[in-house]
Amino acid sequence: MNILERYQAMEYGPAPEARNEADAWLKARDFSASLFIGGQWKKATGGKTFDTAEPATGKHLASIAEAGHADIDAAVAAARKALPKWQAASGYERARVLYAIGRAMQRHARLFAVLESLDNGKPIRESRDIDVPLAIRHFIHHAGWAQSLAKEFPGHSAVGVAGQIIPWNFPLLMLAWKIAPALAAGCTVVLKPAEFTPLTAILFAEICEKAGVPKGVVNIVHGGPEAGAAIVNHPDINKIAFTGSSEVGKIIRKATAGSGKKLSLELGGKSAFVVFEDADLDSAVEGLVDGIWFNQGQVCCAGSRLLVQEGLAEAFLAKVKARMAKLRLGDPLDKNTDIGPLVDRTQLDRVRGLVAQGEKQGALCWSPESELPMIGCYHLPVLATNIGPANILAQEEVFGPVLVAMSFRNTEEAIELANNTRYGLAASVWSENVNLALHVAPQLKAGVVWINGTNMFDAACGFGGYRESGFGREGGREGMLEYLATAKVKATQIKAFDAPGGVAERSEGDGSFIDRTPKLFIGGKQVRPDGNYSMAVHDAKGRHAGEVGLGSRKDVRDAVTAARGAKGWASATAYNRAQVLYFLAENLAVRADEFAARLTQLTGASAKAAQAEVDASIERLFEAAGMADKFEGTVHNPPARTVTLALNEPVGVLGIVAPDDAPLLGLVSLLAPALAMGNTVVAVPSARWPLIATDLYQVLETSDIPAGAVNIVTGRTGELAAVLAKHDDVDGLWIVADSATCKAAELESTGNLKRVWTSNGYAVDWNSPAGALESFLRRAVEVKNVWVPYGD
Amino acid sequence: MALDIGWLEEMRHVNRSALERRAQTLTKRRSIKADNQAAWLLRSISLMDLTTLSSHDTDERVRRLCAKARNPLSADLIAGLGLGDTAIRPAAVCVYHPFVATAVKALEGTGIHVAAVSTAFPHGLSPLETRIAEIRASVGDGADEIDVVIPRGLVLGAKWQELYDEVAQFREACGEAHLKVILGTGELSTLRNVMLASMVSMMAGADFIKTSTGKESVNATLPVGLIMTRAIRAYEERTGFKIGFKPAGGISTAKASLDWLVLMKEELGRRWLEPDLFRFGASSLLTDIERQLEHHLTGRYSAAHRHAMA
Repeated sequence: MNILERYQAMEYGPAPEARNEADAWLKARDFSASLFIGGQWKKATGGKTFDTAEPATGKHLASIAEAGHADIDAAVAAARKALPKWQAASGYERARVLYAIGRAMQRHARLFAVLESLDNGKPIRESRDIDVPLAIRHFIHHAGWAQSLAKEFPGHSAVGVAGQIIPWNFPLLMLAWKIAPALAAGCTVVLKPAEFTPLTAILFAEICEKAGVPKGVVNIVHGGPEAGAAIVNHPDINKIAFTGSSEVGKIIRKATAGSGKKLSLELGGKSAFVVFEDADLDSAVEGLVDGIWFNQGQVCCAGSRLLVQEGLAEAFLAKVKARMAKLRLGDPLDKNTDIGPLVDRTQLDRVRGLVAQGEKQGALCWSPESELPMIGCYHLPVLATNIGPANILAQEEVFGPVLVAMSFRNTEEAIELANNTRYGLAASVWSENVNLALHVAPQLKAGVVWINGTNMFDAACGFGGYRESGFGREGGREGMLEYLATAKVKATQIKAFDAPGGVAERSEGDGSFIDRTPKLFIGGKQVRPDGNYSMAVHDAKGRHAGEVGLGSRKDVRDAVTAARGAKGWASATAYNRAQVLYFLAENLAVRADEFAARLTQLTGASAKAAQAEVDASIERLFEAAGMADKFEGTVHNPPARTVTLALNEPVGVLGIVAPDDAPLLGLVSLLAPALAMGNTVVAVPSARWPLIATDLYQVLETSDIPAGAVNIVTGRTGELAAVLAKHDDVDGLWIVADSATCKAAELESTGNLKRVWTSNGYAVDWNSPAGALESFLRRAVEVKNVWVPYGD
Repeated sequence: MALDIGWLEEMRHVNRSALERRAQTLTKRRSIKADNQAAWLLRSISLMDLTTLSSHDTDERVRRLCAKARNPLSADLIAGLGLGDTAIRPAAVCVYHPFVATAVKALEGTGIHVAAVSTAFPHGLSPLETRIAEIRASVGDGADEIDVVIPRGLVLGAKWQELYDEVAQFREACGEAHLKVILGTGELSTLRNVMLASMVSMMAGADFIKTSTGKESVNATLPVGLIMTRAIRAYEERTGFKIGFKPAGGISTAKASLDWLVLMKEELGRRWLEPDLFRFGASSLLTDIERQLEHHLTGRYSAAHRHAMA
């Protein structure tokens, strides 16, 4: 075309980003020695390599050293060796290293961006304007956490060696999300990038080598499932951080069960994008473009489920289609490309397969008539309508450019539909009515809620999911805590107690005794166990002390139903919850002597010790009451015109398994913070001395605690803990018990990926930092980050 | 059409933050290189209202501007770009009323329109009959395009009926001449007000809606352009009428003109890259485009003084 023809056509034409620097970098490197271990470039011990290719063309980019067990061992050993010195370095020293990394990345920003687009296939605009700047921001932000660590996290130190496994959709950004907080906390890391996308991690390792990162602090190993498994199962790793599919996340949860490894999982999603009738519709359409057609839809928090208010559904979908027709598919290095290829043929096949299944189930899938490049793993953007929640496309994470649209009648139905998913990563709410938006946001089961926006991220704002989207947060204060631990104290191992069943005989001659039948406490009522069996309770000297109900799985089921139904407790004001807990403390204080006598009777504790335990329990209740309206969220100010509200929301229904040791204080120390933050509880008290708990429900009954907020099921610890772990309507589970019970609970928790905390078989000193209220308040909440952009 | 208050209510939902994000990324999503860039810059020239609106304008100054409009590109640029006999010229020359006759005469036979700013430009605060008389006078002198201003207070006070009535009377006074309604967006406080003023102006008969006079402290910005193009789209969707858009003020670089063309193409489509539906108000833009075109041909960066001034 000559210029006059172009003048008539007014087409964009190609605007390719230069790749010569990237090609030169690729050519100059020996990728067979690309394992970065202990500050050195190593070949894989077995000499194996794997290939990485351009998704846009299928062209080979490099053959990368593939780590096996021995290489992982070497990397972990290097990290372990580097740990003491790195941990002992001053915060200022670590801050300078993080800062140097961030600045060096800035200096090579374009090379990172081009390599990322070559390797992953994402449009250069995205890698250049979003991925790389956010990754840099993460390091510079965390330099500050490194320096202020001692002041901001007193009593905490690095958890140790972190094993980190990251996905291919945001290779450099996920690397930054993993490495920056780990280094700031004083951890050393072994990180494995995804097989599809190793290149930017290699460039990053080069930067570490040159920017003054001490040898062994950052180790980057490449490989597939074998290397991943070797990291997950490595006994000398203290913390696993994983971003990827829910499927693999569950495998990792199982693999690490009972190991004592700290674990954070950032998994899949099926995030709702809710458009109310008073939304800025054109802007909401652009939000969708950034939501589901960002990175070809290969985004864990992609707004893949459009929920639009019934009255405007037709008009809105017409706008969506018109916008889709303007999306340009093509070469990721073309600055005019909106949608690049999917990362790999396997991913393309998966997306095609899901779309076909969705159509088979009745979905109408529409795509614009765009030209598709002849080669490469491209998939047209898809709008799927005529779809209900039952359709596979509305349930499964597609991880491709596929939007499903459904309509809703009113706000309640919008929330119901939005929450009708096993996932809970993110959600978008579009409305010009801030009252409506801020009414809806807290009701959405999602770790991140964007109001009138989507896919906004910042290093200062935590990111992570509810439900099966995983647990733990990345970014901000919450993210730092994932790499920190309180100082270890010497603790005794808990021995499993096999609660006896059967009929216990009272010794003769006790004529003054009036028989008592302690029951289970479910839904605010004293109820007999479903199975109608009892178990005997003996005192410290082995004498008959009474009988309690032998709770079973059905009692746990009923208790969970009651706890789920007690919605009033979570929605009560914090002040209200505080007053109830104060009242509970007050009522326990009235009966302090009785409880002390019971403790002495059961545990054989001295009168003084028993009195001290009762006093400590009352004090703990008082303390929790006081914090109910103080353990609050924060407001972040990310570098955009938005406030981000980090809300502390209750986890939901919490299972609590209390220990035999300090049976009253143990139970109260778990119960009080859970209640203070608005959780409802199913408590399994000490199996050895459950009478202390059955005495307690009388106090609960007189303390204005709403029915169902606290449920007590007595019975065998291991058995009931397993039932709680397997119950998919239990959101969290705290267990202080023997190691087998703890491990089993972690193993069985994968059904809904409930948040499990265990003492890992050890007793807890309730007066140490690890047993302190603060630790449990933190576990009692999910942090939800609600982004509220503003301006008029 | 009549003033439709119900429709205005529907159009109130404007989210500034989201608009700004869209505007900010819009120009990063599209890039125009090489021959296409040269072609697009020629397009910018053809969409230009070459403007002089200084209090010290003179007839001679206006004649010079018209001469530049007649021959915007040097012979070597025309040859180098292969334009042949195709005349690529600004769409109009825009002046104050006293210079309309001068411009009409100077542009005779070129097809270049003469636009007059009117209705107590730039503030719009003289008696209505005076303002209407002004339009008639300019049309009488031969202006075939009239750029009117609205009193911003009518928008800030939500006096939609009054605004509608005034614009409708301007429309009537224009007769056959094209009516461009300048909103003075830098003084309307919110993007919602820009949206509503756009809608009222179109309902009252505007052929074009225009951002600014160039005299406000904030001129044409992309978020303002985005909301006005969305208003135009909504108007077309419901009525079938295509309304034109003219950003003005502060658009002085070739790159900035491309950003606006991208905005039009993305939000409204190719049809809005024609002079009957899109104009730039610009005074110094042309020189920068000439420099860029020269660079395109020679690979050398040019200097302003190497191009004939307006």
